[in-house]
Amino acid sequence: MGRTMRFLRVLARAATALFVALCAAPAFAQAPVEVPFYYPVAVGGPITKIIDGYAADFEKDHPSIKLKPIYSGSYQESIAKALTAVKGGDPPVTSILLSTDMYTLIDEDAIVPFDGLIKTDADRKWLASFYPAFMENSQTGGKTWGIPFQRSTVVLYYNKDAFKAAGLDPNHPPGTWKEMTADAEKLTKRDASGKVTQWGVQIPSSGFPYWLFQGLVIENGINLMNAAGTEVYYDKPETVGALQYWVDLVNKYKVHPPGIVDWGTTPKDFLEGRVAMMWTTTGNLTNIRKNAKFDFGVAMLPANKRRGSPTGGGNFYIFKKSTPAQREAAFEFIKWVTQPERAAQWGIETGYVAVRADAWDTPEMKKYVEGFPAAAVARDQLPFAKAELSTHDNQRVTKALNDGLQAALTGSKSPAAAMKEAQREADRLLRPYR
Amino acid sequence: MRESGSVRRSRGADPVIAWLLLLPAVALLALFTHYPAVANLVHSFYSTPRANHPSTFIGLDNYRNLVEDPVFWKALVNNLWYAFGTIPVSIALALLMAVWVNGRVKGRGFLRLAYFTPTILPMIAVANIWLFFYTPEYGLLEQFLGWFGLGGHNWLGSRDTALPAVMVVAIWKEAGFFMIFYLAALQSMSPQLAEAAAIEGASRFYFFRRVTFPLLMPTTLFVLVNAVINAFRMVDHIVVMTRGGPDNATELLLYYIYEIGFRFFDSGYAAALTMVLLAILAAAALLQFGFLERRTHYQ
Amino acid sequence: MSTLRASVNVTPATGRPFLLYESDRASRALETLGAWILGVLWILPLLYAFWAAFHSSADSTHFTLSAPWTLANFVHAWHAAPFARYFLNTVMLVTMVLGAQLVLVTLAAYAFARFEFRGRGVVFALVLVQLMVMPDVLIVENYRTMTALGIKDTILSIGLPYMASAFGIFLLRQTFKTVPRELDEAARVEGCGPLATLWKVYVPLARPTYLAYALVSVSYHWNNFLWPLIITNSVESRPVTVGLQVFSATDQGLDWSIISAATLLSTGPLLIAFLLFQKQFVQSFMRAGIR
Repeated sequence: MGRTMRFLRVLARAATALFVALCAAPAFAQAPVEVPFYYPVAVGGPITKIIDGYAADFEKDHPSIKLKPIYSGSYQESIAKALTAVKGGDPPVTSILLSTDMYTLIDEDAIVPFDGLIKTDADRKWLASFYPAFMENSQTGGKTWGIPFQRSTVVLYYNKDAFKAAGLDPNHPPGTWKEMTADAEKLTKRDASGKVTQWGVQIPSSGFPYWLFQGLVIENGINLMNAAGTEVYYDKPETVGALQYWVDLVNKYKVHPPGIVDWGTTPKDFLEGRVAMMWTTTGNLTNIRKNAKFDFGVAMLPANKRRGSPTGGGNFYIFKKSTPAQREAAFEFIKWVTQPERAAQWGIETGYVAVRADAWDTPEMKKYVEGFPAAAVARDQLPFAKAELSTHDNQRVTKALNDGLQAALTGSKSPAAAMKEAQREADRLLRPYR
Repeated sequence: MRESGSVRRSRGADPVIAWLLLLPAVALLALFTHYPAVANLVHSFYSTPRANHPSTFIGLDNYRNLVEDPVFWKALVNNLWYAFGTIPVSIALALLMAVWVNGRVKGRGFLRLAYFTPTILPMIAVANIWLFFYTPEYGLLEQFLGWFGLGGHNWLGSRDTALPAVMVVAIWKEAGFFMIFYLAALQSMSPQLAEAAAIEGASRFYFFRRVTFPLLMPTTLFVLVNAVINAFRMVDHIVVMTRGGPDNATELLLYYIYEIGFRFFDSGYAAALTMVLLAILAAAALLQFGFLERRTHYQ
Repeated sequence: MSTLRASVNVTPATGRPFLLYESDRASRALETLGAWILGVLWILPLLYAFWAAFHSSADSTHFTLSAPWTLANFVHAWHAAPFARYFLNTVMLVTMVLGAQLVLVTLAAYAFARFEFRGRGVVFALVLVQLMVMPDVLIVENYRTMTALGIKDTILSIGLPYMASAFGIFLLRQTFKTVPRELDEAARVEGCGPLATLWKVYVPLARPTYLAYALVSVSYHWNNFLWPLIITNSVESRPVTVGLQVFSATDQGLDWSIISAATLLSTGPLLIAFLLFQKQFVQSFMRAGIR
């Protein structure tokens, strides 16, 4: 018993000494500026590793800044987390959130514009280097609130082998709605009992059908909202016409699967040969390339009155509740990570569209595009790309549209009636902001 | 709630010791249940604070919006169907499973494992697997039905079948869990009862109905409370599989509250919705503890 | 009520008697079939997870038995998220919550069951409120409280709102009330104070209730997703459910092989433990009930 007690006493003394030493140590070190930042993961691949790698590299170049990357789930969870943190009193310093969250963040007085941080000519040149299509969702009221980082557009993937089998030219994807319908009719195969074994085209409608729908609307001549985010145009004839076309693909031409088409399983449907053409994000490129057992192509979305696609993805925002030192540090990181080489590297590794033109001119990107021309389709579509649906009270106004789209696609309402109701709800929600 | 036949302790020490025993639990409850609940009630009478418009007292406006909100009514109706669908079925299945595993069927060990496995798997993971089961064209259910020449249905993507499909997942998750409790209760039943019934010549169903089932009432009450709570609490599979769609066909109350509170950040309205949910749970609790407790036989 | 001839048979599992009716012999085959179909249905998702995890993405949706097996999915899933740490976090969370619950619930139930004091009814009713007002619905308020307490983003913060469990207090109070007073008085005659009586008399007799409650608690906190998602930020505190979520919400579409591999990685240890110890677990559960 005595020996044990003596041993324990020695142990206790050692532990105390160690504890005291550990407590004293930090007092002698210079406190670096801490920059916690939330980032979502929306594509497959070792994103966490890449982000952690960026943080480590950045800290090597900037030893006085300590980045704390925090994985915050999907885009949905990330904005929820960020706003909960804002209301709870301790938000991060910066965060990658959806470009469409801009108005919500402004309304919650959660973020500061970048204009206060852009002081030098170099900074101004850097800001001007981003694609205008991506900046549309990043600026409002003359100020810049977000910096594009992981952005995408919708593109058309098509199965070249299926095209060949149906007697279509595999190097000529449909360029207009009429062509897409005609091609889809040839591509839709049925078995002896009349059950469809391969659909011509599918446009996902689960979760956030508004994004894919926006492609149709832009192609039909208008966009869904105004630049100030205070008005939406759900019940305009062009919008209803676009929805009618989508519904016709299902009911009239019978080339599109009925009911709600799941977003998550659409790439798999394509890979399984269950559908010959699909509308989905360019972010799927790496996945399709890796797993496709057939020759496939990527094309811009077909035009009706014009070409068009919504942009998508996330921007960097800087939060209000941060010290000036933290904001400067975050700004340094944002500039660093959006340098052309890094933007190119990010685009290659993740499948997002590199957000600035000079990133596409870097040697790595040039080589990548040479080996994989499909990667450049999203970039080539950028001149026709328009802002993603984004308004005040964004999530709710969008939900009104989503519900209407799903109602029309499941046949419970006509396109005109569904859109009229969606417009009514959206007007109610947006009235306080006008 | 006075006991007959008081305990012979010194009266002075009683309350002090009792309160000391209660203190930790009551303190935590006050902090994480009562205080937030009251705060929630208060918030439901105020507008949602935004950066430029601080929260103002608006009386019953949130509740007025609630009554006029078609999505709320859909969520409420959905949740009631969901509760009435999943609760009896999962309890009945649990009882059936317990009876089977209690020694009348070959391969008990495997069956017990099979029935209980869903409990161990987190819903967030298995919901994705169920998504595969329900996938049209090449999902497991489609493949299976295809053997019989049936199929061709979009289970999660059509308004009529989405909610039942999601209920199946919930029942699958819960039944095995409840089975364990029934199993323990069945095992603890006195064997003499069975022997007496055999001697009297009672039929199996009669024995079950008049003897077994009443004796299982405490377990049924226990299981029922859990089932009711789960019917309103478990929305993880909605998050993964349908996100409330198509067109709110699988929108459940708590999921709607989550959407309103954490996607639309309308905390005033979310607070009002929460009060409705709490009222429903209060009614359910009163029903269970008031009505059923009286009919429970304790051995 | 029809009279059927019956014989008393012995249950192989426990050696206890059950009734075997003549008409049953035919229906028993049917029952076995039904039970097995249900069993296969119930374990199907796990079976599918096994299939998909060990096969490549392309083979995951077709069931050709000759498809090649692969471990690549596990490697991929392992690198996508630090599962070992997540698993450890979940185990710590569940253990901590259960430990705290057992202590708090026992003390409180004892007070309600065996003590008389003014306001007992009121306090008990207040406790029961938590049965309806679950921490799940009070996320924003609780988040603010956690921030104020300064323990945000810790395992403690995930578990704290659940530690005082009204359900447990209610259950245990029921059980304690059925303990015969004679035992109570016998303990006191031997000179035990209230806590000693609690420990020596009440707790052992309530074992089946504890087991039942432990099962509810572990299962709940093992699977809890929404609150941990909101309250945790870092790898050191995130439980497995939040970690798995990275596979569900992707733009790239679902890859069932990876998801299955991740599911097996994170629930594997528990599955194996249950497989090895299920007999002991269920036996002790049931044996405790026999008393």
